[in-house]
Amino acid sequence: MRQTWRPDLEDISHLKHTPLNALHLSLGARMVPFAGYDMPVQYPEGVLKEHLHTRAAAGLFDVSHMGQIVVRPKSGRIEDAALALEKLVPVDVLGLAEGRQRYGLFTNDEGGILDDLMITNLGDHLFLVVNAACKDADFEHLKKGLGDTCDVKMLDDRALVALQGPRAEAVLCELWADVASMRFMDVAEADLHDVSCIISRSGYTGEDGFEISIPVQSAVDVTQRLLEHPDVMPIGLGARDSLRLEAGLCLYGNDIDTGTTPVEAALEWAIQKSRRSGGDRSGGFPGAERILSEFANGAKRRRVGLKPEGRAPVRGGAKVFADAEGKMAVGTVTSGGFGPSVDGPVAMGYVDADQAGNGTKLYAEVRGKYLPLTVTAMPFVKQTYKR
Amino acid sequence: MLKFTEEHEWLKIEGDVATVGITEHAAGQLGDLVFVELPEAGASFAKGDSAATVESVKAASDVYCPLDGEIVEVNQAIVDDPSLVNSDPQGAAWFFKLKLADPSAANALLDEAAYKELVA
Repeated sequence: MRQTWRPDLEDISHLKHTPLNALHLSLGARMVPFAGYDMPVQYPEGVLKEHLHTRAAAGLFDVSHMGQIVVRPKSGRIEDAALALEKLVPVDVLGLAEGRQRYGLFTNDEGGILDDLMITNLGDHLFLVVNAACKDADFEHLKKGLGDTCDVKMLDDRALVALQGPRAEAVLCELWADVASMRFMDVAEADLHDVSCIISRSGYTGEDGFEISIPVQSAVDVTQRLLEHPDVMPIGLGARDSLRLEAGLCLYGNDIDTGTTPVEAALEWAIQKSRRSGGDRSGGFPGAERILSEFANGAKRRRVGLKPEGRAPVRGGAKVFADAEGKMAVGTVTSGGFGPSVDGPVAMGYVDADQAGNGTKLYAEVRGKYLPLTVTAMPFVKQTYKR
Repeated sequence: MLKFTEEHEWLKIEGDVATVGITEHAAGQLGDLVFVELPEAGASFAKGDSAATVESVKAASDVYCPLDGEIVEVNQAIVDDPSLVNSDPQGAAWFFKLKLADPSAANALLDEAAYKELVA
């Protein structure tokens, strides 16, 4: 028996630690290398129970490996920072109100995706959260792209935790701040037990929940207080992945990368009207020509949800065919596994545009067999965002 | 006779037929199983061939054939309920029965004490 994912005998001495590393070990986490960090893949409860607990009550995730970046306009005018960032992302940043957050993408000149990120307007500056594996490149990209008008600073002195699930609001309200008035994608600076935190009502699970940026010296204390609540369980990267997959959310490096465009990735919703053809600030971002052309004419392939028919998980990398004999290749699975809440396998991947309609029956190659799957609208579970 | 492999399979050998499963240690490492795929009865495997697949939420793992032989029976119960492998890996959750091509080859496998030392 051998687990294919295990990084056998990998030298882990070079790995970075988040401020919560010792806490993970004390909780009995199994640690793995991820994006250069020593991270918990699961705790003693295991991936399945962690996943189900998050959807039933509340799960706590350490996402301190992600990059937290401040973009502060030298002029003091937030509009200048917004317009500067719009040169790098096909997103309406100028129209983002104070205390609001929005999903975004860094694109390259070919229309590919350099990273995906969250953008927040905090009044006198923009606050960005970017992927761990990309954060150094993103930081250089930002300094080069808008360093003339903005001060760009990576916050190395803050932890980031996510509290996700139907009990997240009640837990936060009980322990601290009045977060009940916040809507999905609202962001507030709040004191949690005299610790100055940035709280956003967002996450990566499809559930209602919050992400909390905490000064590093208070990170363990705040996290422990959350974990003391009986509704809260610590959740590792394993369940984080199955939760986001059921929610239909992309994992950068798997489902989107420099070889995929926003239109191919079915992320048109992340590009607001003002940046599309005919909009007030149409184009003006890297790769605009290709991306706007794909808006008008469609892309050759498209990211879709794929629901395998049987019980067998279809994992990332599986080839997808239009026929059960594996003759006509039409795409590839980019993420796939078992969805504990769906109680069955779920997957997403890219297929040719003419095979991308919901209900299209396709076949994925798994261990020499061609397993039937159906193109299915995502998410696979009902989102419970509080809008 | 109870034998073990370094790949965390156990074999209970009676005559020339070995009942094969994965060890408690292996089941614990894998976590909650959600899918099991077994070979067909009648299939022949060489030692080290992938004979079955088990999947947890996050990963697929191969179960290797521990010795040369032919599958004579498989345990449908673990296909119907993969969690049985977690709850009773060295009992009710056996995987398959293997008619050994050379029963004496089992002597080269680990005994229980040696396996316990391996996973200690």
